[in-house]
Amino acid sequence: MNDNKDKTHAIDMSALGRSDAGLSLDNEEIAIRVDSLTLFYGDKQALNGVDMKIPKNRVTAFIGPSGCGKSTLLRCFNRMNDLIDSCRVEGEVSIDGENIYGKAVDVVDLRRRVGMVFQKPNPFPKSIYENVAYGLRLQGIKDRRVLDEVIEHSLKGAALWDEVKDRLNDSGMGLSGGQQQRLVIARAIAVEPHVLLLDEPASALDPISTLKLEELIYELKEKYTIVIVTHNMQQAARVSDYTAFMFMGDQVEFSDTDTLFTNPREKRTEDYITGRYG
Amino acid sequence: MSVNNTKVGWFRSGTPWVWMSASAVSISLVMVFGLLILIAARGLGYFWPADLVAMDYTERDGTEIRVMGEQRETSLVPLERLLDAGFHLEGHQGDVERHLLKIGNRDLYGIDFRSVIEPGVKNRTTPEGVIAIERREWGNFYGFLNEVKEAGNVIAEGDAAHAALVTRLERALILHDEIKHIEKIEIGAINYQLERLRLKQRKLELNNAFDAQHEQEIAAERAEEEKRYEVLQKKLMDLYDQMNRDSLTAVSVDGRQVEVNLAKVVRIFYPNEMTVGDKLQHYFMKVWEFLSDEPREANTEGGIFPAIFGTVLMVILMAILVTPFGVVAAIYLREYATQGPVTRVIRIAVNNLAGVPSVVYGVFGLGFFVYFLGGNIDALFFPEAGPAPTFGTPGILWSSLTLAILTLPVVIVATEEGLSRIPLAVREGSLALGATKAETLWRIVIPMASPALMTGLILAVARAAGEVAPLMLVGVVKLAPSMPLDGNFPFLHLDRKFMHLGFHIYDVGFQSPNVEAARPLVYATALLLVLVIVILNLAAIHIRNRLREKYQSV
Ligand SMILES: Nc1ncnc2c1ncn2[C@@H]1O[C@H](COP(=O)(O)OP(=O)(O)OP(=O)(O)O)[C@@H](O)[C@H]1O
Ligand SMILES: [Mg+2]
Repeated sequence: MNDNKDKTHAIDMSALGRSDAGLSLDNEEIAIRVDSLTLFYGDKQALNGVDMKIPKNRVTAFIGPSGCGKSTLLRCFNRMNDLIDSCRVEGEVSIDGENIYGKAVDVVDLRRRVGMVFQKPNPFPKSIYENVAYGLRLQGIKDRRVLDEVIEHSLKGAALWDEVKDRLNDSGMGLSGGQQQRLVIARAIAVEPHVLLLDEPASALDPISTLKLEELIYELKEKYTIVIVTHNMQQAARVSDYTAFMFMGDQVEFSDTDTLFTNPREKRTEDYITGRYG
Repeated sequence: MSVNNTKVGWFRSGTPWVWMSASAVSISLVMVFGLLILIAARGLGYFWPADLVAMDYTERDGTEIRVMGEQRETSLVPLERLLDAGFHLEGHQGDVERHLLKIGNRDLYGIDFRSVIEPGVKNRTTPEGVIAIERREWGNFYGFLNEVKEAGNVIAEGDAAHAALVTRLERALILHDEIKHIEKIEIGAINYQLERLRLKQRKLELNNAFDAQHEQEIAAERAEEEKRYEVLQKKLMDLYDQMNRDSLTAVSVDGRQVEVNLAKVVRIFYPNEMTVGDKLQHYFMKVWEFLSDEPREANTEGGIFPAIFGTVLMVILMAILVTPFGVVAAIYLREYATQGPVTRVIRIAVNNLAGVPSVVYGVFGLGFFVYFLGGNIDALFFPEAGPAPTFGTPGILWSSLTLAILTLPVVIVATEEGLSRIPLAVREGSLALGATKAETLWRIVIPMASPALMTGLILAVARAAGEVAPLMLVGVVKLAPSMPLDGNFPFLHLDRKFMHLGFHIYDVGFQSPNVEAARPLVYATALLLVLVIVILNLAAIHIRNRLREKYQSV
């Protein structure tokens, strides 16, 4: 418990300790590049030409009032919006230099590279083991030893191993909400994605589970580029390196987290973070 | 004012609705249990060996006779009706009791049930030493044992006859079983082989490939089968001679003598001397015979095993056929087809199919499956059997297929319902891990929807097991010579006709020459049909609950 506190503290310090104002991504490698991305649900426009660069191996948070298009933008990164019939996308999103809306793109392969964790934990009605093995089995991996190894590694990576190592064959649905959310993260990192998208991952969790999840995110950024949508501004401040503020389908402001929270350039951002609306 | 208030309050509180729903539920329960109890009471009493009552009876025209039988039913009849019918009941008042007696001895009396009215009965007794002989023809005999004969010579009389009869009957029954086995199984197999050889030869001939070598081979095989047949035939003749050796003579209560060959006796018992324990034993033996034996005497005696077997097999085949069709159709409709007016029309059509009278499906099955499909299959694959049809005639395959179509809507609707309840979140979870839509369906969605599919199957089974009308057109018969599943390769004979409990009820109840004898049998068969449906359903429910536990879905 003590340990946890210290770590959280450390995150806070690192976030607040950065002093250089203004945004310079010059010494960051870019993982996701969004170019004038416009998205329609039927006739309704949900994104109005968003431009954005998301740096590699950093945590980037999306904040903004409800309905502003955070989830929509996030779901563009692994083309989850393809599932919605009425949805139409214009513009470009490049991940690792490749336009994922290009014609030759293999969506299945893309989703393997860009993992996603949803707002509500959604484990499959299978054992804990099979939940984590799911993505590997899809790739045709059957070797029990390989599976065992990856599963242990992923569960450890998701800070769940110690809690479930004795009951890997129990149903994943029998875990608590926080454990389920970490199981889902383990499931996502088992296929070794480059990018991890988290859409309000802590909204269904209690404070302790949230804390654990935030620690986990902090650890995961060493290996993955993480994009997180959150309604909780403290959370954004705690876990993220960069923050984007969105409003009515526009990306209003993007800067490093402490600048955005301490010294926002835009009036709308300031209003939002000081709680004047949203 | 306050009274008014409480009244309004009572209505507002919803109490009347609770009462109304509760009474509706109770009425339904009472009806269901009443039905079951009625069927059970009527059907289960049939196997009880009641005491044989002897009496002097004055007939309507004044003649006095002596009758003996099991008293089966008693009812009250209005006096006027009997007076109109010509009974001399002057001085009587009120309703008159009428008894239905099973008097047996159909060879003597022509009928084995008759009714007597209470005022005509005198000297009612339950005489000692009455023997009941269950025979393979002419139904039961009730009377008194006289002698036991071997090859026409009396070897035991009076009291000694009983002991002699028991041992000799045992011997005859063993011989009977042996003969049955040879006739049904061994000779059946030979006939099957001979028919196969005939078809083989015919096929070769049709293909112009019947040369000397084939001729020799087939002739050799045939000769072998015929030799085996000859041996068996000789053995059979021998066994028949032995079985027919003994006979018994007995007299009926009115003094007429009959001689019964022991080969024709199933069992003997002395109902008036049996203790309750004996009777219970007899009762369960009869119930077991009913469940496990083949029918005798135009389905009014013996058991109904072939009908139970046919019903269960047909339902299982139906389930095997309907599941893939229903699931594929539901998946297409729910997961792949663009939702719009077309799918709406298809759904309406599917739902309406469930309301088409089942006999219409029978007509369709006869026209399409039997004549069209079956006829073409025969022409293509079984030309050697022609002109006798193989699949171009009603049979168990066509019956199951017809019922599969009949129950398809139920399965489709239930499966669709199940699919629609699988949360989007789990599907997205799978897709986000790089699964294709098909993989998601196969690995996640269908397993989660499988309990709903089982629910559909349960409804389908319940409906299919109770359907009779369409089956009469596409494969059910009153008496099937051989079962659709037996020891001859390929074991499952989908082209064969089969017996069915529902049709058996209809046949025994309405087509039987012996209506009174058949009535309890109708109840017993109905009870069995209900039980079979319940057991099939319980099995399906058990599977569903296992699946539910496994997938913990809604
Ligand atoms: N499947 C859909 N069909 C039509 N419109 C949609 C769909 N999904 C989202 N929208 C609309 O697009 C806009 C952006 O929605 P989105 O879910 O991205 O908002 P959000 O920022 O994630 O909000 P929240 O914080 O409440 O999750 C909203 O106005 C929403 O109504
Ligand atoms: Mg959202």
